[in-house]
Amino acid sequence: MYAFDFVKPSSIDGAAEALQEEEAMALGGGQTLIPSMKQRLAAPSVLVSLGGIAEMRGVCIADDGAVCIGGATPHAVVAAEAAASYPALAALAGGIGDPAVRNRGTIGGSLANNDPSACYPAAALGSGATIVTNTRKIAADDYFEGMFTTALEPGEIITEVRFPVPQAANYQKFLQPASRFALTGVFVAKYADGVRVAVTGASEGGVFRWSEAEAALSADFSPAAVEGLTVSPEGMIGDLHGTPAYRANLVKVLTKRAVAAAG
Amino acid sequence: MTKVSMTVNGRSMSGDIEGRTLLVDFLRQGLGLTGTHVGCDTSQCGACVVHVDGKAVKSCTVFAADVAGAEVTTIEGMGNPDGSLGVIQQAFQDHHGLQCGFCTPGMVMSAAALLAENPKPTEAEIRHYLEGNICRCTGYHNIVKAIMAASGQDVSAVAAE
Ligand SMILES: Cc1cc2nc3c(=O)[nH]c(=O)nc-3n(C[C@H](O)[C@H](O)[C@H](O)COP(=O)(O)OP(=O)(O)OC[C@H]3O[C@@H](n4cnc5c(N)ncnc54)[C@H](O)[C@@H]3O)c2cc1C
Ligand code: FES
Ligand code: FES
Repeated sequence: MYAFDFVKPSSIDGAAEALQEEEAMALGGGQTLIPSMKQRLAAPSVLVSLGGIAEMRGVCIADDGAVCIGGATPHAVVAAEAAASYPALAALAGGIGDPAVRNRGTIGGSLANNDPSACYPAAALGSGATIVTNTRKIAADDYFEGMFTTALEPGEIITEVRFPVPQAANYQKFLQPASRFALTGVFVAKYADGVRVAVTGASEGGVFRWSEAEAALSADFSPAAVEGLTVSPEGMIGDLHGTPAYRANLVKVLTKRAVAAAG
Repeated sequence: MTKVSMTVNGRSMSGDIEGRTLLVDFLRQGLGLTGTHVGCDTSQCGACVVHVDGKAVKSCTVFAADVAGAEVTTIEGMGNPDGSLGVIQQAFQDHHGLQCGFCTPGMVMSAAALLAENPKPTEAEIRHYLEGNICRCTGYHNIVKAIMAASGQDVSAVAAE
């Protein structure tokens, strides 16, 4: 790993200022960034830890009922503190990686990284969440721009993520046991104005909404509603763990399981 | 080089580090606490698990500077004050929960974190919690047994060795 200067500001403004530096990068839990730095895939000159900013940690409920999660909140804290207000989200956070990864890795780091097999992007897109940064609010539908690509500008910090709470929801993760990421994962959420279905781990384009299933489930929220639909393997990820056709099939299987589990 | 201070196994410790110094390197090279092992260095194996403010973390994937001022517990802090093995360590010995011993420091630290959260875990909960700790020798059954025993539970029902 190349040398860098380490700073740990205690406010969002302080972090934003430190990130103005050329080649500066934010450090969340480091569970993705530190391994990338060891491989020299990332080589910041200044690393700005977000771990000292108290206002970016924790779970709260907004006036409109949305669950708000500070951008530097570790997965384990979301699993514990969102369990009563948004159980499907808490269960997703509690299924990421392993306990030690969950004690360090953060929601902001996961959404900024936008790994095509990560879990949080499915929850954010599937819930129509709002990604709040130090400069603006971004709707999840406008945020994910493809594998490892997002609408974030250089130096922009995810300070909070707001999740509208659905009537029913569930996340089904088909585990890739070596990486402990999702081989494919589907997040289904039923809101008063319709159902959202977000798929991770499957597409070369990163997380996406399966709109045909959304329409079918909005009319009839039952596993049978998606029975007649098919998912095209075109554009799906193919690797030694699964072919594009295998993943396309998993999308449908997991959607049915998620609907059944959401009830 | 900057100076960093933290409480390690109840004692206040400090040393010089670079920004890139990993917690595990500070513990092993800076403080000479070589009980914490590096198995993979890629956050996969869990041999390097220590506690930071009571939470299990992979010390190969944390910068020392990021945990300045924290309370850190390593395997060296798991024994009794008289030098004898702590309850979890003794259970690993009694139930043959180790062979080469390389994964054991991380296993014991993960087990301690689990029992702090959940003092009477089921066999399934133990296996699930150890997801990030890899052992190349034992096949896990005896590790699970040891943790059941350390939590004061009957181990006769745990899968055969
Ligand atoms: C063994 C293992 C298993 C895992 N399993 C899973 C899994 O099952 N599912 C899953 O979803 N993930 C999994 N992960 C990834 C894990 O969730 C990471 O924690 C996460 O992807 C990155 O979060 P972080 O806080 O560690 O970010 P970091 O590694 O610190 O940062 C990642 C990137 O995000 C940027 N960043 C960090 N925080 C912010 C912020 N608040 N605002 C803007 N940019 C920011 C950084 O600059 C960097 O570019 C796993 C990781 C490991 C090591
Ligand atoms: S050495 Fe840290 S997880 Fe393997
Ligand atoms: S005892 Fe050898 S790796 Fe676990």
